[in-house]
Amino acid sequence: MELDLSHRVAAHCENGAISALLRYYGINLSEPMIFGLASGLFFVHLPFVKLAGMPVTSFRTFPGVLFKRITKLLGIKATTRRYLNKEHAMRDLDRLLLEKQTPVGCVVGMYYLPYMPKEYRFHFNGHNICVIGKDEQTDTYTVLDSNATQKVTLSRRDLLKVRFAKGGTYPLLGQMYWIKSVPKQLPDLNPLILKSIHKVCWYMISQPDFIPYVGVNGIAYLSRSIRGWENKMGKRRASLNLAQLIRMLEEIGTGGAGFRFVYGAFLQEAAVRTGVAELNDFSKRITAIGDLWREFAFKASRIYKKREGESYTYDDLGDLLQTISEQEKAFFQDLDRTVKEYMK
Amino acid sequence: MKVEEVPQDLKYFEGTVVRDVDYAVDADGNYQMVVSDGWAPKNEALEVTLADIDEQCQEIFQRVKAGESSLLEYYAAKNLMDVELLSDYTGFSKRTIRKHFQSSNFAKLDDKTLEIYADVLRITVAELTTIPET
Repeated sequence: MELDLSHRVAAHCENGAISALLRYYGINLSEPMIFGLASGLFFVHLPFVKLAGMPVTSFRTFPGVLFKRITKLLGIKATTRRYLNKEHAMRDLDRLLLEKQTPVGCVVGMYYLPYMPKEYRFHFNGHNICVIGKDEQTDTYTVLDSNATQKVTLSRRDLLKVRFAKGGTYPLLGQMYWIKSVPKQLPDLNPLILKSIHKVCWYMISQPDFIPYVGVNGIAYLSRSIRGWENKMGKRRASLNLAQLIRMLEEIGTGGAGFRFVYGAFLQEAAVRTGVAELNDFSKRITAIGDLWREFAFKASRIYKKREGESYTYDDLGDLLQTISEQEKAFFQDLDRTVKEYMK
Repeated sequence: MKVEEVPQDLKYFEGTVVRDVDYAVDADGNYQMVVSDGWAPKNEALEVTLADIDEQCQEIFQRVKAGESSLLEYYAAKNLMDVELLSDYTGFSKRTIRKHFQSSNFAKLDDKTLEIYADVLRITVAELTTIPET
């Protein structure tokens, strides 16, 4: 049994899973639109929360949050469940798939996913896949993973393992989500777009100065602390920390630069839909900021992997991050001001 | 980022179905979705991290050869599992696992325990109990 649902790649796994679920119910939204409507852009740097012994930096909200936000926004009835009992979790999945013909999104751990390159298998529990079918004879599941270029299959044993991945950032407990019913008429998107832009601005710049880890403040905080990494931890440890930061920036569900570009694409689409031409200028601005993030990743890579005749320092990175934080702050302040005018 | 600037540095994705997806601007300034084979700075970050893990594994392996540690500690490190994570997956307490990290205690383990470890570490019991040459 396999539900009639085509595969599509996406920059971010959760966008991809949501897009698949929505598509099944005839709602065709582009990936940037989903990301933008769910106000997915974020920044948080937590020096005291450790992943593999190094600070956690995230450029997006927690796994599962995007789905909750977008279904609420569009008036879609949906459920998210976690389980204590493994068999119960699989039984519920089977029931939804086979009896109710419902595609189901699952939050899984990367580590035991067999189709991932083996170098990518880290204990990171925030990957999203969409289960769309089951072969009863072989006990394998058909899965849409937006990071893969085609449909993939998972054996029941593997699926059980990844759904109940342990440790990492947080234990998974077989977390899964699905859509129960969609409204006959979707609400008008234009006011929702403006609302969600306003919300993203709020997430990024509303924090008072004494909360230094979240939003634009977080980037400034990282820019201050990165300058001292080499003195504080020694050369080797500092470069490992940097490598981890770049991996979070670029690899784990894309990241900093990638998400800035996705948001740029969203703003462009939003400009066409809402007719607010200024959003096009903002799209260009966030694209430029995304390019800065890429420059940051590039320079950082030259620190942990030195080339002849180049000598980038941690201070260079600090300067770059400071520029980024200033630009993002100005960007979200201006964006918020513009959007508010149209929201009246 | 422009469409033609989207990096195509194939390294770790080779031979798998997994790819990156980037959004980039085309000549007319419109955003497009582009599939990417990966990006060198990112691949290098992974390389540095993996090299570090490898070094730790080698260090443990030397201790295994000297009879100070058990292969369990080696394979745990190779699977990027610390005692806490291994404890979560196996259900054994952290104290028990630390005990099993010592080669003298590890030699006394029964097959059932070894099977649990081997399953979590994705190897066979034979691999877990025979020290390889290199």
